[in-house]
Amino acid sequence: MSSNNMTKDPLFSLKNRKLLTEPLGKNNPITIQVLGICSALAVTAKIKPAFVMALSVIAVLAISNVIISLLRNGIPPRIRIIVQLVVIATLVILVDQILKAYVFDVSKQLSVFVGLIITNCIIMGRLEAFAMNNKPWQAFLDGIGNAIGYGWILIVVAFFRELLGSGTIYGYKVIPESFYDFGYKNNGLMILPPMALIVVGIIIWIQRSKNKELIEEN
Amino acid sequence: MYSNFYIFKYSAIMVILVAALLSTAAMLLKPAQDRNLEIEKMKSILASANIEATSDDAIDLYKKYITKEIVLNPEGKQIDLYENGEFIDGDERAFDIDLKKQLYRKKNNENYQLPLFVCKKGSETLFIIPLLGKGLWGPVWGNIALKSDFTLVEGVTFGHKSETPGLGAEIDTKEFQKQFIGKRIFNNLGEFTSIKVVKGGIDLLPQNLKIHGVDAISGGTITSNSVADMLNNNLSSYVPYFKKNR
Repeated sequence: MSSNNMTKDPLFSLKNRKLLTEPLGKNNPITIQVLGICSALAVTAKIKPAFVMALSVIAVLAISNVIISLLRNGIPPRIRIIVQLVVIATLVILVDQILKAYVFDVSKQLSVFVGLIITNCIIMGRLEAFAMNNKPWQAFLDGIGNAIGYGWILIVVAFFRELLGSGTIYGYKVIPESFYDFGYKNNGLMILPPMALIVVGIIIWIQRSKNKELIEEN
Repeated sequence: MYSNFYIFKYSAIMVILVAALLSTAAMLLKPAQDRNLEIEKMKSILASANIEATSDDAIDLYKKYITKEIVLNPEGKQIDLYENGEFIDGDERAFDIDLKKQLYRKKNNENYQLPLFVCKKGSETLFIIPLLGKGLWGPVWGNIALKSDFTLVEGVTFGHKSETPGLGAEIDTKEFQKQFIGKRIFNNLGEFTSIKVVKGGIDLLPQNLKIHGVDAISGGTITSNSVADMLNNNLSSYVPYFKKNR
């Protein structure tokens, strides 16, 4: 796609809408590109941190995609990775500082996750693969799309891990006391990181069996 | 193509801009952040005495309930007393003591200071001791409130910088902290026992030790152990004071 064509596109042309919707399903950063697995393991024991992480990644990815896209013609290719890293790190530190000053309770909830955003490979992956070659609006849509694609997987994984591992959803008890009296027990394995991988694996399995295009032939 | 000069120029300008931006932000936001930390500390002290405070009323509630701030020396002698907003003795508030520095001095066998907060809750007098220790990934901290016999635990709060969510990070939940209420840090013979955090649950303990133990967090053994170490390390410094004033 040449950038000349892009300028004539309306804001929500089919092509632009695809930027937003494809990462949700058939080009999902976690289940198809298998990026961002590390944070998917770390923050999905409970829904709340997963949710907050998803929101933070949406903000950081959208903004950094736009910034890099604006700078893309001036960035020397040999140091582009460093420039991308500086943009991400600056944004993350700023977000962290502002949260600490004005919404301290939220910042306490986030604690380590804000720092973890820097290491999220989806962000650098999108900057490198998309924002470096595309206009800001497209980069913005791509950022939002990929971050939501990442976020919904996180929340689904966290839902099952929290429900089966702790018997709660978003911190509220959903499994009644009487179940426990009959000998029901929370599955301790669910709150350990390996189960996040297994749940992600099950999602990938379901997704590929529904969508035959995604099955690799060999 | 980009010349080397351009690359150097580009990176130099970028770094200077980012540094200026971040340091300005840090400076401007510092007062608000410090205030939040103070309020957080007050909330945590109050919460250990089972007084719920929000960010808005923490300062008022702190003034109302925490009537005395005492600084002790290692022999358990009172060196500073700050009561109802005035200094009665000495000139340092327990609230301003940097626990990290004091624990470091203790480790090096230097003279150190111990902060102690006295809380009047109805007719009851509670003694609140701040705690600090090392977790798995970073510091853990908290407060423990003791009844006036210095033995029975009224309540605790714990916090942490970066323990694993869902595992070690569970120390800051009510469910974990509730277990400490009504436990004892001295046994019947008057010996200091602290409170153990038991992997596998306190059901494994003999009957007479159950009152000095709580269940550890499954999957969070190292953090659970650091909570026990923190309690033991911090509380043991106060034993001379407890024995003197019991």
